[in-house]
Amino acid sequence: MNYIFYFLIVISIISGAINGRLQEVVNSILTGAELSVKVAFSLIGIMAFWLGMMEIAKKSGLVEIIAKIIKPITKRLFNEIPENSPAVGDIAMSFTANAFGLTNAATPIGIKAMEELQKQNIDKKSASNAMCMFLAMNTAGFQLIPATVIAVLIGIGYKNPTEIIAPTLLVTSIAFISAIFIAKLLEKFWKPQNNAAQTDSDAIDGGRR
Amino acid sequence: MFQSLMDIISLWALPAIIILILTFGLLRKVPLYEVFTTGAKEGFKVSISIIPYLVAIMVGISMFRASGIIEYFGQLLSPILSHFNVSADIIPLMIVRPLSGSAALGIFSDIAHSAGADAFTTKLAAIMVGSSETTFYVLAVYFGSVGISKLRYALLAGILADIIGIASAILVCNWLF
Repeated sequence: MNYIFYFLIVISIISGAINGRLQEVVNSILTGAELSVKVAFSLIGIMAFWLGMMEIAKKSGLVEIIAKIIKPITKRLFNEIPENSPAVGDIAMSFTANAFGLTNAATPIGIKAMEELQKQNIDKKSASNAMCMFLAMNTAGFQLIPATVIAVLIGIGYKNPTEIIAPTLLVTSIAFISAIFIAKLLEKFWKPQNNAAQTDSDAIDGGRR
Repeated sequence: MFQSLMDIISLWALPAIIILILTFGLLRKVPLYEVFTTGAKEGFKVSISIIPYLVAIMVGISMFRASGIIEYFGQLLSPILSHFNVSADIIPLMIVRPLSGSAALGIFSDIAHSAGADAFTTKLAAIMVGSSETTFYVLAVYFGSVGISKLRYALLAGILADIIGIASAILVCNWLF
């Protein structure tokens, strides 16, 4: 994250200077900062609502039931996390929300899942393999119906906007499946989480094998 | 038929989930109101705690967009992409899509308006927007909420998946339309 942060900002300033848009770049600091607070504040209400709903789902055992149903899939994808962890149920709920295009619900539920994954993380500062997998699947943005896009197409008088649903589904599935494979592949080649914690993770892995 | 089915699904998905959660909770004798409010209390805390991470990433992205470097990338890529019927208008969309959802939707609207309803460019843009996510925003919010700063391979995996998504959008579009 350190490098991303550095390069994003320094490259923007340098290229802004070359393009003669330094003023715009400087102004954009304020716009960006303002927007991030707006986003965070607009999340509060809906976040509270879905975290409340998820708490009911968890207490009633619904999350656990969902976790059991999809266990065959999650066992392979998230082999680090215990099978009956509430994280599995949260992850499943989060993908359900995403698949139906319920972005408002997907973010709070996704954050809930991250919190559960963090409980099992051996190094609280760095991302566990399960987190990387969850994020990779999430950024691929699997969605059954691209509702916003269809709304725009209807707005410009597109005759048959639903014809893009099938190709979009095909593309998003390709991206989703590749995300899973890429994450699995990188997991093998990437340096394991930091040294102090590594011995722990080896011990756990060894024990499981 | 297919369209009305899709409409019904998108309309009913959310209410159905809510009814399911509440009814199941009631049957299992969960004190709904108390449990709901306990969970909801976290909402404020979580939203506020992601602000520093959001500021870091969104200021960076907003500076990046203002700097004009995206147009430069566009000029660099357009000779290659024009072989695949990808017009120069779409390139900024490809670069902005992982960075900002609202900006991508804005560019998409512009493209749709100027290229017209049945243009290949409009269809390609629609599929690109519909089939991907704002990778950087998701990373910042999700990792920010639990205070993780070492992303390991999460970003690389996300970006590679985005690139594969864009490439397959171009291929699928060329094949179908």
